[in-house]
Amino acid sequence: MKSKSTAKESTTIPPIKPSKLLTDPQRVEMFRYMLQAREFDLAMQRLNRQGRAFGGVYSQTGNEASSVGSAYALGNKDVLFPMHRNIGGHFVFGQDLNTLMLAFLAREGSLMRGTDGTGHYADIGRRIYGNISHLGAMIPVAAGFVLASKMRGETIVSMTYIGDGGSQTGEFHEGVNFASVQKLPLVLIIENNQYAYSSPNSVEFACEKLSDRALGYGCFGETIDGTDIELVYETCVRAVERARKGEGPSLIETNTMRMRGHAEHDDFSYVPKEQLEYWQKRDPIDRYQSFLLSKKILSADDVTAIRTKLIEEIRAAIDYAIELPFPSAEEGFKNIFVD
Amino acid sequence: MPQLTYLEAIADALRTEMRRDERVFLLGEDIATYGGAFKLTKNFHEEFGRKRVLDCPISESAIVGAAIGAALNGMRPVAEMQFMDFVTCGFNQIVNVAATTAYRWGIGVPIVVRGPSGGGVGANPFHSRNSEAWFAHASGVKVVCPAFPADAKGLMTASIRDNNPVVFYEHKGLYRKIKEEVPEGEYSIPLGKANVVREGKNGTIVAYGSAVHFALAAAEELSKEGASVEVIDIRTLVPFDQETVLASARKTNRVLIAHEASLTAGFGGEIAARIAEHAFEYLDAPIMRVAAYDAPTPFAPTLEKAVLPNAEKVLSAMRKLLTY
Ligand SMILES: Cc1ncc(C[n+]2csc(CCOP(=O)(O)OP(=O)(O)O)c2C)c(N)n1
Ligand SMILES: [Mg+2]
Repeated sequence: MKSKSTAKESTTIPPIKPSKLLTDPQRVEMFRYMLQAREFDLAMQRLNRQGRAFGGVYSQTGNEASSVGSAYALGNKDVLFPMHRNIGGHFVFGQDLNTLMLAFLAREGSLMRGTDGTGHYADIGRRIYGNISHLGAMIPVAAGFVLASKMRGETIVSMTYIGDGGSQTGEFHEGVNFASVQKLPLVLIIENNQYAYSSPNSVEFACEKLSDRALGYGCFGETIDGTDIELVYETCVRAVERARKGEGPSLIETNTMRMRGHAEHDDFSYVPKEQLEYWQKRDPIDRYQSFLLSKKILSADDVTAIRTKLIEEIRAAIDYAIELPFPSAEEGFKNIFVD
Repeated sequence: MPQLTYLEAIADALRTEMRRDERVFLLGEDIATYGGAFKLTKNFHEEFGRKRVLDCPISESAIVGAAIGAALNGMRPVAEMQFMDFVTCGFNQIVNVAATTAYRWGIGVPIVVRGPSGGGVGANPFHSRNSEAWFAHASGVKVVCPAFPADAKGLMTASIRDNNPVVFYEHKGLYRKIKEEVPEGEYSIPLGKANVVREGKNGTIVAYGSAVHFALAAAEELSKEGASVEVIDIRTLVPFDQETVLASARKTNRVLIAHEASLTAGFGGEIAARIAEHAFEYLDAPIMRVAAYDAPTPFAPTLEKAVLPNAEKVLSAMRKLLTY
């Protein structure tokens, strides 16, 4: 039923159903990562308006619970192949703000030496392997990564992401089928944020739920509310456990809303206002914040303090990166091949 | 030294490297039980097991993509395209993921994508293509096109050991056609070294793959007519051994370039441009090219013979060049 994204349904916000798998300090940690992702987003939007960030700025606002809750379910040997709206996962995997800012602003010292930008970098030490732009391409690669570890008898899990648009590519199909045939420990989060650039779900696919495809692949599939972080976390923990036990891949479709345009140049006037209002009430951070406040896990002052500190840290990272020069032009001629 | 066919030599390289290095494994369609469409990996799974000789679904993107992922995680995969024509279905993974990784991340992607290419065997437009120039244009992929069994073994060994993506074009017409002595055991030939397969002084034919054999036949014929023709087998398109080609151009002053792939935007154009840029003043005649007519490779023998280059076409072009 696709009406989940329309205003016709009940507008009472479903409460967060607490997961038995989480401790309060973990809840606070996840909340902090979500806020960090949101504030990073807002900072990038500002830099873009000021003309200080070039290239595309892809907001992840609305996606925090999906991105943070899923990555949080991974263990300390597992690998992350994030997509363009998964900055939250980078934070969960311990990425520091300076490294990110250097990459996003293409400054000297960027892990990509200016050859590429945004979250496209790889940080092997942190087990983060960024995406290429071509949607779907990372799915077979994420599968192959754990094919190798499986051959060596290691049980690490690989998690990657795709959108409601990107899941229509051939590489989505080939990658998920391959992983299913080989029973690879792959968790694929399908972030259905209702739009692929300007295209609503109705332009992209004709099935009811994207996770229904799991039946066709012979793997596990589930569609969940992607704005409830505890639900995302718990669903992904189960998927990761199945993966570790050798039960193969899972397709977890998280329903969310892209609250801004495809990128900052896009005024998203094609999105009905009622739809945005509907999802605004389900803002993943607001929802979790009211849960944490009502359970007295955090006070309003705590939230303000956390947010203030995050904003300061992000500002410091921007100040640090923006003063640095762009990489030297010579970098453009290096590393076509490695030795 | 044993006499091996081109196909046996490639299999020998794969087997030797798989014995030497546990990280090397094969993936592709019908490669284990069946031994590959051309039986190149026949019985491999018996020695190495099905994990290291992995039968895959018909999913070239997944095969190449999984090879890349495994390479990022410490392995050295060799992916077979059942026919090199089907590399189109894995193209994105090669030119966008594999080819950009060293540049973007400073990390090598040690994969080999190999398979049978080329025409002259009565296949059809979809089982005959010579698409090596596409990858030479990609920046970040090495491209290997051996013409002889021993070279095929040595270059395959080097390709597997290379820390970068390599696309390895085997010519299916050569698979069982030629036999020669091939060194036993580990044998590697560095990528990027052309081979002067026949020395001469009146003119040079620069070629690779099947066209090297056309060139040698033409040179032999011309020697009966008193002309001494040098034949250079460039062996790898990327890296390209410009120096060996330029040295020959400066020596013989006449150059013909031959390849089986179609003419327009073929790698011969690149070779011609390099010679024109760097050895123009040594040339006594325009650089000439013999290549396939710009058409898909047709099915019927009459058409295929007309469209593809062969020894006679190289011979008559060379006669023209020598008397220009
Ligand atoms: C193969 C491919 N085609 C087109 C594009 C251009 N493009 C980038 S993002 C995007 C929309 C993606 O939508 P979706 O998969 O739903 O992800 P979202 O941006 O909504 O998170 C498009 C069309 C691309 N990157 N890759
Ligand atoms: Mg989308």
